[in-house]
Amino acid sequence: MELEKKILKILEHDAKISPKTMAIMLDEDEAHVREVLANLEKEKYILGYNAVVNWDRFGENGVEAMIEVKVTPVREVGFNGVAERISRFPEVRSVYLMSGTYDLSIVVTADTMKEIALFVSHKLSTLDEVQSTVTHFILKRYKQDNFIFESPQEDKRLVISP
Amino acid sequence: MSTMDKYVSKTVQAIPPSGIRKFFDLVSQMEGVISLGVGEPDFVTPWHIREACFYSLENGYTMYTSNQGLIELREEIALYMKRHIGVSYSPGREILVTVGVSEAVDLALRAIIEPGDEVLVPEPSYVSYSPGASLAFGVPVAVETFAEDEYRIRPDMLEKSITPKSKVLILAYPNNPTGGIMRKEDLESLVEIIIKNDLIVISDEIYSELTYNGQHVSIAAMPGMKDRTIVFNGFSKAFAMTGWRIGYACGHPDLIGAMTKIHQYTIMCAPIMAQKAALEALRHGESEMRKMVENYNYRRKIMVSGFREIGLECFEPQGAFYAFPSIVNTGLTSEEFSEKLIMEEKVAVVPGNAFGVMGNGHVRCCYAASVADIEQALDRIGSFLARHRKG
Repeated sequence: MELEKKILKILEHDAKISPKTMAIMLDEDEAHVREVLANLEKEKYILGYNAVVNWDRFGENGVEAMIEVKVTPVREVGFNGVAERISRFPEVRSVYLMSGTYDLSIVVTADTMKEIALFVSHKLSTLDEVQSTVTHFILKRYKQDNFIFESPQEDKRLVISP
Repeated sequence: MSTMDKYVSKTVQAIPPSGIRKFFDLVSQMEGVISLGVGEPDFVTPWHIREACFYSLENGYTMYTSNQGLIELREEIALYMKRHIGVSYSPGREILVTVGVSEAVDLALRAIIEPGDEVLVPEPSYVSYSPGASLAFGVPVAVETFAEDEYRIRPDMLEKSITPKSKVLILAYPNNPTGGIMRKEDLESLVEIIIKNDLIVISDEIYSELTYNGQHVSIAAMPGMKDRTIVFNGFSKAFAMTGWRIGYACGHPDLIGAMTKIHQYTIMCAPIMAQKAALEALRHGESEMRKMVENYNYRRKIMVSGFREIGLECFEPQGAFYAFPSIVNTGLTSEEFSEKLIMEEKVAVVPGNAFGVMGNGHVRCCYAASVADIEQALDRIGSFLARHRKG
């Protein structure tokens, strides 16, 4: 399990590290690292890999909202049933069960605000278990998944020093 | 402009110019250079440490501290040294907080050396020791170390360099530029020689947290060595705090007292904001520091394995964040190699002879760089070698 954990830690930080490099970092055989990695993917310890994109720089004007949702838990399945239903909508990026004054926090992306409004009024609010929603539009992204957006960390060191 | 050289003291005139200056000038005008020529962490000082400094400024800590440094910092250093090397120092009389280890080494040499005393400096080693000895009117004497010994000091080589004038032995392990370390048994093999010849040891352990296979051992922890050793450490490397200029020396009260005398007249005290930040580093910085060390270790392996793959012979560094590969199979000198590598492949390294003549035939490559940069640099060095390898 130790090796699996180490591999996951490395990839969580930088998914582009090659199995060959990982093998060197961890004093392991490359074939073995590939095997472990394949297994982690097969067993869904690793669900996928995606890039953290700063779309603003590209001039794209997509919108994203975080929606607080209060729901009525259902006998037998609790919050899971409704959370799984909400997860199936393609416009929903993330779904979390929260402690506190609401139950589910969901992140929704779309091309326009109107699309999100329609999603809330037509799809989300109409679910039987959903009692109420509060929609917060994301205005600006400063940091996401460890990456700082506006001032990426640049190397300020002298190029040569003793 | 008339020349003013005649006014410059003979001692300063005799000190050779820094061997890296030329490369700095060369590289700083170029774009797209991958630099393996740095001598500091690629991490920025952890945020909680920077934040502790802001807090201290907000609260008006902008004054002098006692000459020796804040007592709470010295107390924390005492606890750290006990944990780290197993030696107890009294915060009151045996610890001095300085402006980096650089100041501490200068103080120690000036406090100990009489004109003409010889200072044993292992080579290759960091650029400051020999000039520091000369500025204290001492005479630096090289103790040669070799790749085949993993750059450890061999007892016979030490004995060979000792004369009746020898007074100080500088130990600098983990070593910049080689990455060599001295294990317990290596240090033990020197103790008898040191005591027999009545040497004082200046042990610069600034890289000691960056020891990769096993635990760092200090010569101060060896029987009979505490009193005749001054241990130097600081925050620059382990806590990524190079620009804060904060370090310390621990040793016998007589020696620390003598150093404090110079320090109080020349520096007064280390900056209080850096001392406050250092206090935070020692109190709460350990876990983040361990993560940085793990990260260096990963990159150490990538660089060493990369060098071997492209046919550059390289001793496996056990500490610090440098690799010191041999470039003799190119038939180029260290300086030619470094210069051509910058011009042809835009990779900056430091020629080994900047660290003394024993560094000839080597270059220093720092792996405190991103994995992507290291891999790209290895590719470029690989194609450079393909063109320049002899025979």
